[in-house]
Amino acid sequence: MDISVILVTVFSTTLIYSAPLILTALGGTFSERGGIINVGLEGIMIVGAFSSVVFTLKCSSIFGSITPWIALLIGGIIGAIFSLIHGVATVSLRANHIISGTVINLLAPALCVFLTRIIFSGKGQTPVINQSIGSYTFPVLADIPIIGKMFFTKTSLVAYLAIVIGIICWYVLYKTKFGLRLRSVGENPHAAETLGISVQGYRYSGVVISGLLGGIGGAIMAQSITLNFSATTIAGQGFMALAAMIFGKWNPIGATLAAIFFGLAQSLPIISGYLPLFANVDTIWFQIAPYVITIVVLTLFFGKAVAPAADGETYIPAK
Amino acid sequence: MLHPFLSVEMSMEEKVIEIKNITKKFGDFVANDKITLDLYRGEILALLGENGAGKSTLMGMLSGINRPTSGIIKVHGQKVQIQNPRVSNDLGIGMVYQHFMQVPVFTVLENIILGSEPIVRGRIDYKKATKEVEEIIEKYNLNISLKEKVENISVGMQQRVEIIKALYRKANVIIFDEPTAALTPQEIDELLVIFKKLCDEGKSIIFITHKLKEIKQTADRCAVIRAGKIIDIVDVQNTSEEQLAEAMIGHKIMEETKKVDHDYGNNVLNIKELALRKHQDLVSLQVAAGEIVGIAGVDGNGQNELVEFISGLKKFNKGDIEIVGSKVKSKSIREINELGFGFIPEDRQKTGLVLPFTVANNLALKTFYQPQFSSFGWLNNNAINSYAKKLISQFDIRTRSEKTLVEDLSGGNQQKVVVAREVANHPKLLVAVNPTRGVDIGASEYIHEQIIEQRNSGCGVLLISFELDEILKLSDRILVMSDGKIVGEVNPTETTSEELGLLMAGENNE
Repeated sequence: MDISVILVTVFSTTLIYSAPLILTALGGTFSERGGIINVGLEGIMIVGAFSSVVFTLKCSSIFGSITPWIALLIGGIIGAIFSLIHGVATVSLRANHIISGTVINLLAPALCVFLTRIIFSGKGQTPVINQSIGSYTFPVLADIPIIGKMFFTKTSLVAYLAIVIGIICWYVLYKTKFGLRLRSVGENPHAAETLGISVQGYRYSGVVISGLLGGIGGAIMAQSITLNFSATTIAGQGFMALAAMIFGKWNPIGATLAAIFFGLAQSLPIISGYLPLFANVDTIWFQIAPYVITIVVLTLFFGKAVAPAADGETYIPAK
Repeated sequence: MLHPFLSVEMSMEEKVIEIKNITKKFGDFVANDKITLDLYRGEILALLGENGAGKSTLMGMLSGINRPTSGIIKVHGQKVQIQNPRVSNDLGIGMVYQHFMQVPVFTVLENIILGSEPIVRGRIDYKKATKEVEEIIEKYNLNISLKEKVENISVGMQQRVEIIKALYRKANVIIFDEPTAALTPQEIDELLVIFKKLCDEGKSIIFITHKLKEIKQTADRCAVIRAGKIIDIVDVQNTSEEQLAEAMIGHKIMEETKKVDHDYGNNVLNIKELALRKHQDLVSLQVAAGEIVGIAGVDGNGQNELVEFISGLKKFNKGDIEIVGSKVKSKSIREINELGFGFIPEDRQKTGLVLPFTVANNLALKTFYQPQFSSFGWLNNNAINSYAKKLISQFDIRTRSEKTLVEDLSGGNQQKVVVAREVANHPKLLVAVNPTRGVDIGASEYIHEQIIEQRNSGCGVLLISFELDEILKLSDRILVMSDGKIVGEVNPTETTSEELGLLMAGENNE
């Protein structure tokens, strides 16, 4: 097979698999920069994926080909609402962040499969959506020799949007008042409080933004990869996004790059089919690779990466 | 409206803050009881009181952290409700907390502007911020680098950041909570100069402390607060340190326990050619029964290693340590303790106590396994509690009961718990590291007495302290440590703090 075809395949599948991880990792970054650990990203993605699929199935006749894009927003909004459970538990009720996140992860799949059975007359999975986010060829840019074909032809538009969102998130966190205050709340909430910053308010915003981005991430997974919703639509991507956030040192740019790396890991089973070199290797190895890589990266980097100082710490305001 | 302080005439009669009949209750506990206090323009008002007397609570109500239960606060003659820190800030009240309220990974500039950031087109206007902050730095001569991260600057500089923070928010009144606790003598001098400068510019300062010397040095007036009540407001110039101390603790300072003259016994601690650090000179020292040996030195010159090796927290390679005649090299910590070893560690919160445990359990931490407290692996809680009750009254530990959590006690009382546990069993060797650090005068006196009593009854004491006054007061013999070795030995009755200071700095006066 032609080397350029292989490269094109590698890049486009990597990008497709990266998009959900990028957004969810960015979401996690906001939550944890504000001091709330969010292991519930997996659950938030599930809710986002589910709500977007239901929306597409029910409303594609009304909105036509732009349905999937609206579905992403729906996934985000539902994700944001769902994340409020985590917000209320951790910020207002001062519950342990890991426990609350685990509850989110246990609640989401059960709830969504249950609702699927109710909505789709007892079936455990939804039908396949009839409008999805396909590949996209950039006008003009695709005509650039070599690069045009590798990066801008039949590629994932959402992945590019996700990267742009990553840059915007970096700007928000490091250049704006909101970002400075959110980070101060995650580093030293007591100091923030004495300067008149609402610790609870900023922590809620961090969590809700993580719900919004995580929900969109889940929706992208459903709208561009699995094309329906079932219990296995989101299979560990939330945790990979969490790993990407840590690998990226709680920085939006770092998280974006790490998520692309994990996207590559996830696309291995597909890419390997095209590579003659790997023709004789059992595909099971490629399928477990992303999970193994996640664990390895986490063990290697978790101790070293510096989390926000008050990440996971409950804050008790004075009377 | 023109505030009175804007008038051309400047006089001490301008009241900036009036506190009238303020009471603050936490549940049934009355932290502040009908307090009335005025602050005048351009003055330094010291607020003196022991730990837990209610000073910080009172100031918390000015800074918006606590809300009064009843009473009135007036700022510039107007009645105000300080609901939160922002209101306090808008009223021109700035607070410099004892534990600085900073974000270590942020730069100095970011820490200063946090919460009051200038904005241009949606982002923070760092250029404008830098200009404004630099003006303040210049006006008050507070030289500091704005781009440095706060975690990389000294404690004295961090305090400057706090002062600039208050000035950036246009504070007229700056409250300092124990501002000198963590500073070196030079930094304290610089701070006191800054105080004067601030007052010359018409700012007023409230200065919470329990250090009498600094009050005498700087303050105009001093309000003494005890058990939530204002005991007296005095003119500092006409009041002696002794009078202030008596007002603070409520009785005359106790007669010092005298060291009895006696012959020392056998060595209870014998350190032979111990290497504190790799490739460094070897340390040898002895402590005899009935003797207090003080080790003077600046923090980080090998004291930590020495203590860890003696107590068995760390294993050493080279040299030998004998406690009451037994080598400790291959002994477990429990075996070392059973030789008759008492240990008052430097950090009571990290190494001395288990904060979320009760007072009783903390008192039994060292002996819980012994037959009087447990049998067949079951704790005998009755015995533990009644033992605790005995120690609580014997050592005057101020706690509601033996079942109170240690984390709810004041610093001085936490330290008393440690001291009680370590001396109750009549150790033969007591190692005390900064035993009165962060402890108020009353508790500090008491701890010194306990140490002298141990000595008088034949216990050998190794006292390691960064406070020269403490070393000079207690020791029978002083060793000076510098750069991992012992650089000199002096007699406390013949030496001066100047001589000690020179030795500590590593300068040989031969």
